[in-house]
Amino acid sequence: MLGTFDFQAIVHALPYLFEQGMVFTLTLTVLSALGGLVLGTLLALARISGGPVLATIATGYVNLMRTLPLVLVIFWFYFMVPYIGQWLLHEPRPIKVGGFSSALLTFIMFEAAYFSEIMRGGIQSVARGQQAAGLALGMTGGQTMRYIVLPQVLRTMMPVLLTQTIVLFQDTSLVYVLSLTDFLGAASKIAQRDGRLVEMYCFAALVYFAICFLASQAVRRLQSRVAIIR
Amino acid sequence: MEPSPEGGGTYADMLIGGLRITLTVSVLAWVIALALGSGVGVLRSLPNAWPRRLANTYIELLRNVPLLVQLFLWYFVLPEVVPEAWGDWLKSLRDAPFYTSVIGLGLFMSARVAVQVSTGIAALPRGQMAAGLALGFTLPQTYRYAILPNAFRVILPPLTSETINTIKNSSVALTIGLAELTARARAIQEFSFQVFEAFTAATLIYLAVNMTATVLMRLLERHMRVPGYGAK
Repeated sequence: MLGTFDFQAIVHALPYLFEQGMVFTLTLTVLSALGGLVLGTLLALARISGGPVLATIATGYVNLMRTLPLVLVIFWFYFMVPYIGQWLLHEPRPIKVGGFSSALLTFIMFEAAYFSEIMRGGIQSVARGQQAAGLALGMTGGQTMRYIVLPQVLRTMMPVLLTQTIVLFQDTSLVYVLSLTDFLGAASKIAQRDGRLVEMYCFAALVYFAICFLASQAVRRLQSRVAIIR
Repeated sequence: MEPSPEGGGTYADMLIGGLRITLTVSVLAWVIALALGSGVGVLRSLPNAWPRRLANTYIELLRNVPLLVQLFLWYFVLPEVVPEAWGDWLKSLRDAPFYTSVIGLGLFMSARVAVQVSTGIAALPRGQMAAGLALGFTLPQTYRYAILPNAFRVILPPLTSETINTIKNSSVALTIGLAELTARARAIQEFSFQVFEAFTAATLIYLAVNMTATVLMRLLERHMRVPGYGAK
C-alpha cells in the first residue's frame, strides 16, 4: 500500500543510483550516439554514393537492424562478440569482452541503422545544385560532401538526431537483460536487496520521465531556432 | 543450423510456441493501441483546450518513460499500490506476465498511435472539417464520416512501422517472464550452448514475421486507397 511508501529508502540509494547507475547510462548514451552518428553517416554515404555493391550491403544491414528487436540484438552481440574477436585477432580462445564494451558496441551498431536513415533523408534534402556547384568549383566529391552538404544536414537534422538520442537514452535501460548496472539496473538491484520495489521503480520512472520530458522540450525549442527558412 | 540432436523437435517446438506468444501479445496490444490511440488522437485534435491538454499529458507520460520501466510499474508496483484484495488477486493470476505485457505494451504503443492520428488529422485540409459542419453534420459525424476515414488513409504508412515496432517491442516483455520468441531463443542457448543456431533461428523468424506484416499493410494501403486522392 502507498501508506508504507518509504522516501528514506530512495534517499539512501541516491548516491548509488546516480554515481553508478546514471553515469553508466549517460556515458553509454553519449558514446553510442556519437559512434552511431559516425557509422550511420558512413552507411548513408555508402547507400547514396558507394556504388552498387557497397550500397546493397549498407541497405541490407540497415534493414536487418531495423527489423530485429533490440533485445535480440543485445543478446546476439553479447554472445557473439567474444567469438568474432577471437576470429579477428586470431586468438586461440574467445576473447573476454566486458559488459559495458559489449553494450556500447551493440548500441553503436544498432543505432547506426536509425541514424543512417536520418542522415540519408537529410543528404537527399540538400538541393542537388549545391553538389553540382561544389564540383564545378573544382572540389572533389568528398570535399563537397564534407564542407558543403554534411554541415547543412547536421544543422537541419539536429532536432531529429537529438530526438533519436532521447529514444536511445530510454533504450539503454534494456541492458537490464545483461544484468548491467545502468540507472534502471541500479534501481532494480536496490529494489531487490531491500524489498523496495514500489519506491525504486516509481522513482526510476520519475527520473526517466523528468529527463526525457525536459530534453524533448529543449529539442522542440531548438527546432524552432535552427530552422533554416528556405 | 539443426538444433542439437537430442530432442531436436522440441527446440523447434519451443521457438514456434514463442512465436505464438509473440504474435498473440502483439496483436492484442496493437488492438488496444489502435483503440486508445485513436481516441486520444482525436481528443488532441479537438478545438477545445481541455481535451487537448488531457491528451497531451497522456502522450507525454507514456512516451517519456522507457517501456521496460512501464512494464515494471504494471507488473511489480501496481499490485502493491491497489487495495490489498485486488493486489492479491493480481498476484495470483496465472498468466500475469501475459496480461501485463498486453496491457503495458498496448498503452505504450497507444501514445505513439495517438500522435500519428492527430498528425494525420492536422495534415488534412481545414476545409474538410468546415465543409462537414456546413453540410449540417454534427462534430462527431464529421469525424466519423469525413475526417477519420481520410486521416487513417494518410497515416497508414507510419502505422505500418508502428505495427512492426509493436512486434519488436513485445520482446521487452521477457524481462517480466513472458516466454516469447526472444526469451525462447535465449533459453535454448542456455540449455544447449548453441548460441549461433538459437539466435539465427529467432532472427529469421522475426525477419519473416515483420516482412509478412509489412506486405499485409502494403496490401491494405493499396486496398484502401481512394483513386485520384492522396500523394501516391
